Amino acid sequence: MPDTVTLEVTRYRPEQESEPTTQTYEVPLRKDWVVLDALNYVKDKLDGSLSYRWSCRMGVCGSCGMMVNGTAQLTCAAFLTDNLPGPIRVEPLQFFPIIRDLVVDLTDFLKKLKRVKPWIVREKEKPLAEGEYRQTPEQLDLYKQFSMCINCMLCYAACPVYGLEPSFIGPAAIALAQRYNLDSRDEAAAERMEILAEHGGIWECTFVGECTKVCPKNVDPAGAIQQYKLASAADWFKSLLLPRGAR
Amino acid sequence: MRRGLTPLLWTLFSTGGTLAAFLFPVHLFLTGVAFPLGWLEPPRYDFALRLLVHPLTRLYFFLLISLPLFHWAHRFRYTLYDGLKIKHLTLLIVVFTYGVALAGTLAAAYTLLCCVP
Amino acid sequence: MSEPVRYTLYHPKWYRRPVSVWWWLQSWRYAKFVLRELTSLSVAYFAVLALWKVRAITRGPEAYAAFLARLQSPLWVALNALALIFLLYHTITWLNLAPKAMVVRLGGKRVPDRVIQAVNYLLWAAVSAAALWVLERG
Repeated sequence: MPDTVTLEVTRYRPEQESEPTTQTYEVPLRKDWVVLDALNYVKDKLDGSLSYRWSCRMGVCGSCGMMVNGTAQLTCAAFLTDNLPGPIRVEPLQFFPIIRDLVVDLTDFLKKLKRVKPWIVREKEKPLAEGEYRQTPEQLDLYKQFSMCINCMLCYAACPVYGLEPSFIGPAAIALAQRYNLDSRDEAAAERMEILAEHGGIWECTFVGECTKVCPKNVDPAGAIQQYKLASAADWFKSLLLPRGAR
Repeated sequence: MRRGLTPLLWTLFSTGGTLAAFLFPVHLFLTGVAFPLGWLEPPRYDFALRLLVHPLTRLYFFLLISLPLFHWAHRFRYTLYDGLKIKHLTLLIVVFTYGVALAGTLAAAYTLLCCVP
Repeated sequence: MSEPVRYTLYHPKWYRRPVSVWWWLQSWRYAKFVLRELTSLSVAYFAVLALWKVRAITRGPEAYAAFLARLQSPLWVALNALALIFLLYHTITWLNLAPKAMVVRLGGKRVPDRVIQAVNYLLWAAVSAAALWVLERG
């Protein structure tokens, strides 16, 4: 194994340039280093002006998502040795606007997430005196997988529909909506169904399946979306055949 | 609570796709490869006609022709949107794809209802 | 760089990367997806072929024989073989992805994807065998 590897990193300094450029850095190649370690080495020793996001460095915060050799990965989980041979391309998360260097703007996702009401919605809150909500392990199992989402946005970076259709609400938002729909404590499934059946909702998805492949927490957003389509279609037929009052 | 026709179109797409997935390979293998190459004997005319006259067979062929055409229509529509980025031509694409599917459905219905001796 | 300063008031100018119409050629995974979607053409093709066959049967024994004879030409056999390959790709991808949309729960636990895929393949074999049996009886 050679001593060093070349990183080709996107740079974008809006005060200096109108388009992103690429800068190369030579970093040590260690078998236990991930791309984040290499970027931190660049920032510490080679070029302090490089901007990028990171936090927990252990795959739970969702901050360090970037395109490594064209695939959306968490840089804290992408080993240098897995991405050889060099040079290793490090680019900002695809389909999001670049603010600076490797930092992208996530406002679009945050707005879309809020639209699906990712919290427990109840008609009447249970008063504290009545005690806690109880849930069996089977009830928890229904939505647990979808609750693992760390909002890292790798699925958005992998989804071509999100790249082509700006109104698409996106895989994570739908998976999180499903997480609350399937929660036995929640009462807003019908409300979320209305929101997600609109333009830009579940019907934009063409089941590419890349979102599930890149997800670092095995949330399977593609599965959530297909299940949602089935439920929404069934609901559509029911509303056709049964008047509102009978349901 | 009707949100346009998309749920209906998606249902046609999935039933058509399922029918095609299960039944088309064997039918195309027989009609397109095994019979022409002489690997297996095609049905004699009187047997084929006897089969076709039966209402269940006619229903079977109607579903086998109509639903997969709607499957193609829905899927090809989105392939054109995403593959060629021509979403702005949506009206043209919708009319073309579902129009062809509808035409095929009507042709199949006519043939299977009126033309079987 | 003697570019003008790229800031709006208090706000840096974000760069929006354009998505090329050739996005699907940029990785093998995307190309496989588009290939999968294009199998719908083979589905439409066979639907039309089936309609043609039914029409031939309704027109009488000569029309039916002519239809069978026409399909024997090497060009048609090649076309149908190609369509069959695409159709098989449709079937395999469809049966493999079906468990994602259908969640089957037995005894409080979710049935694993592999089991549903296996059931799908068995069903496919059974249905194909049944069709073969019906058509080979005459």
